[in-house]
Amino acid sequence: MADTQLNKKDFASDAEVKWCPGCGDFAIMNAVRSGMVAAGKPRDEVAIVSGIGCSSRFPYYMETYGFHTIHGRAAAVASGVKVANPKLDVWVVSGDGDSTAIGGNHFIHAIRRNINLNYVMINNKIYGLTKGQYSPTSEMGQYSKTSPYGVIDYPMIPLVAAMGVGATFIARGLDSIMKLSTEICERGAKHHGFSMMEIYANCVIYNDGAHKALSSKEEGPNNRIIVRHGEKMIFGTEDQFCLVQDGFGIKKATVADVAEGDILVHDEKDADMATVLAGMRPDADLPLALGIIYADDSKKTYDDMVYEQIDCVKSKLGRTMDQLLQEGHTWNV
Amino acid sequence: MAENAKLTKSEQIVVKFAGDSGDGMQLIGNQLTALAALDGNDVNSLPDYPSEIRAPSGTIAGVSGFQMCLGDHKIYTAGDHPDVLVAFNPAAVKHSSKDVKPGGMIITNSDSFTEKALEKVGYEGNPLEDGTLKGYDVKAIPMFTLVREALADMDMPNAAKDRCKNFFTMGVLCWLFNKEQQLVLDFIDEKFGAKAKKPLAQVAEANTRAFKAGLNYGETTIMFQERFDLGAAQIEKGLYRNITGNDASALAIAAAGYKSGLQPFIGSYPITPATDLLHYASEFKDLGLVTMQMEDEIAGICTAVGAACAGNLAFTTTSGPGLALKTEAAGMALILEVPLVIVNVQRGGPCTGLPTKTEQSDLLQAMFGRNGDSYMPIIAALSPADCFDATYQGAKIALKYRTPVIVLTDGYIGQGSCPWKVPTMDELEDLTPYVNFWKPEDHPGETYQPYKRDPETLARDWAIPGTKGVQHRIGTLEKDALTGAVSHDPMNHQIMTETRKAKVDNLAAVLPEAEINGAESGKVLVISWGGTFGAVKGAVDRLIEEGKSVSGINLRWVWPFPPNLGDLISRFDKILVPELNMGQLSVLLRAKFLVDVQSLSKVQGDPFREYEVIDKVNEMLGE
Ligand SMILES: Cc1ncc(C[n+]2csc(CCOP(=O)(O)OP(=O)(O)O)c2C)c(N)n1
Ligand code: SF4
Ligand SMILES: [Mg+2]
Repeated sequence: MADTQLNKKDFASDAEVKWCPGCGDFAIMNAVRSGMVAAGKPRDEVAIVSGIGCSSRFPYYMETYGFHTIHGRAAAVASGVKVANPKLDVWVVSGDGDSTAIGGNHFIHAIRRNINLNYVMINNKIYGLTKGQYSPTSEMGQYSKTSPYGVIDYPMIPLVAAMGVGATFIARGLDSIMKLSTEICERGAKHHGFSMMEIYANCVIYNDGAHKALSSKEEGPNNRIIVRHGEKMIFGTEDQFCLVQDGFGIKKATVADVAEGDILVHDEKDADMATVLAGMRPDADLPLALGIIYADDSKKTYDDMVYEQIDCVKSKLGRTMDQLLQEGHTWNV
Repeated sequence: MAENAKLTKSEQIVVKFAGDSGDGMQLIGNQLTALAALDGNDVNSLPDYPSEIRAPSGTIAGVSGFQMCLGDHKIYTAGDHPDVLVAFNPAAVKHSSKDVKPGGMIITNSDSFTEKALEKVGYEGNPLEDGTLKGYDVKAIPMFTLVREALADMDMPNAAKDRCKNFFTMGVLCWLFNKEQQLVLDFIDEKFGAKAKKPLAQVAEANTRAFKAGLNYGETTIMFQERFDLGAAQIEKGLYRNITGNDASALAIAAAGYKSGLQPFIGSYPITPATDLLHYASEFKDLGLVTMQMEDEIAGICTAVGAACAGNLAFTTTSGPGLALKTEAAGMALILEVPLVIVNVQRGGPCTGLPTKTEQSDLLQAMFGRNGDSYMPIIAALSPADCFDATYQGAKIALKYRTPVIVLTDGYIGQGSCPWKVPTMDELEDLTPYVNFWKPEDHPGETYQPYKRDPETLARDWAIPGTKGVQHRIGTLEKDALTGAVSHDPMNHQIMTETRKAKVDNLAAVLPEAEINGAESGKVLVISWGGTFGAVKGAVDRLIEEGKSVSGINLRWVWPFPPNLGDLISRFDKILVPELNMGQLSVLLRAKFLVDVQSLSKVQGDPFREYEVIDKVNEMLGE
């Protein structure tokens, strides 16, 4: 088969998928396959790296090169793969625990370096593989096997953390909105830089319904906003709500109550706005932002700079190996 | 007068410099090393870093030292007791004078013996005058006064003039050791003169004058009755360069990349005493060496594993606490069966321990510091220069067997230096035969199986991302012995565990046999590994000269053991293993060969001296 006109199915391996029926990861796998198609690389030039977790089983199901590594370290391993061979299209799939608990350090620094990776963090707000302990993204009060009386850890917001270290692309999706996840993965795949894609997923076994307030037909649209570059930020079941400026922040308003010109328009290149959008939470009477929240291609990537620097030093110093070995004070015996 | 100073032929001289850590002890030490080496002597040196980083100046804790042994024959250690101590201040005298040979020479800067300085180190009187240093040949030289005099007409602050005391001292030593002054003048010119990277005309002039003042001082005062004259050592012909172990490892990494045709890659995190390796390697960008300073040691090794998976020749460099952090990822390289070299420059432990002091106490960590049955080959460098070969060999075995390899060096050899015979790239073994990535065009009609193996080396068939048409998935779960797919089958796990171990065991068969120094049987066999090589070699040589029934063996590969080791061990009545730990190699030898190994252990942050080994052997011989 010519690897040039690939479609989604070509990226499916023949391994049996072992997630629980109804697990949100299935939908995300579909979206990632679309992303790989969009990246336009043949399958043998794609590598997918994961950590450990239910979500990290991902590579086995993809007809590409795949590395199922160790818990929390996928970002670091993938950084090595990408820098070693920048021609590869390198993806990371990692869970909320994998990324933000044990792997928080690597995750943050990979974003900071702006390594050209496509990073999909599947956030089910629980440790699925180890059968249901709370994670750093679990909500206050959430019940789990290690929080039988409710979580008393404040949750982190990975996308805000990402903006804090200079992310160049952040997006958030929801397993039940397939079209949006696909759009995110396709854009993320094409973004030149670290593409931070957080996709909420439902763990039907250990945290079922965790995202119901976002996904339900009746209430979901009132609790979430899908932002699109250049479009007014309007949401709600009847498009009745909007976002308007409030001092340095943003507040929710009713469309009927504000002048049309006061409704904020999404600008995906506005980093300050993106940080505020990423941090919006329904419990603070703001909708959860979905979609491509921030995308700016102007920053150089780490992997590009590695080779630019090598070329630059080559042209300035350009030693041979023998010259290097014979450097400094030498003498003949 | 000076003409009367007697020129005594010497076989070897041990010199130690001691002073404030800011006073450039390493620099002056390295200069004398270079001077002696250029004059044909063999040299071995040992920097002695202050035990506390940033200790206040003038205190014992802030004393930095540099000991070296110069000889007219092959020199294996920096020597036992100094013949000459150059101590720049009272703290240095207090710290180091007790090590000096009885009757040995102590050269000091008497100008630094102020009341305040004496008080700081608890001297009640002036040790230069009150008999404290009785039994030594003390040369108290007013260095600041003399240097300021020599530079009287130069427009420089006194503090800057005082700094020239190091070159003044070089002048004195150059005279004392009968060395060619031109070499030092060239050195000053190279470093500060017009052709230097940053020419500093005034500094060049001041140091030249200070140096000459030192030379004249030696020549014209009646202070010195004796001079030393060392002949040239019989060493292999060739081009030489003085090198530290860390620098040698860095060069080996670049060289191994070049000779394998793979891009060399280091993923690392700074840690004493391994940091200099990363510093130097970071300068090799023009040779295509990629270095990534990561956020921690785990990330360091993980990027290296990623780079290895993508077909780079990957290294990670660290010291004890860092190796502890790398354990899980080392296991990842092992189960993925990709080549990876871990260079571990050992320091005093446990935990943060003694960062600046040497020890060999990571052997059992290197051996067993991973979960599961996870053996990997371990090679130990025996000298600063040997770090090049050990690291290069490590890379070769990692590639050939598709396994992580641990290269153990230590603070002593990593930071110490010695002359190194610089190889040409042509002389180095070609590593391309060990790369052989699996490509479909080389195997027509065959299906790629990631865990199919070479029957001899047990290295698996390895295809890297980007190889046409053979995309596949591997991971850290147990894998099927052929396809590499996840397998929970109990018998498969048995086979895979045995295979991984066999791969390392089989390496023993092709390792060079252990070479014995001395007779092939006898009363005592002394086994060294890594940095203990020098002291053991020197001690065994001397004992053999004295006619004792003693032999020595050095282990280059510490795991697996060389094939003839068991046989050799069985031919001796007693086995002694001196180690800078509580007997870690002894544990392995006892377990492997069921022999009653005696351990001589030392954990004082300092390498063995020859006499310590000699005394122990004599005790075992009942003498
Ligand atoms: C070093 C280490 N510590 C702990 C574990 C156990 N462990 C495996 S996955 C996991 C958490 C997984 O949660 P998450 O990353 O959210 O992935 P999910 O299963 O929810 O997709 C834990 C604690 C491990 N495999 N390795
Ligand atoms: S346990 Fe949860 S996360 Fe894991 S596969 Fe099942 S539904 Fe998915
Ligand atoms: Mg999870």
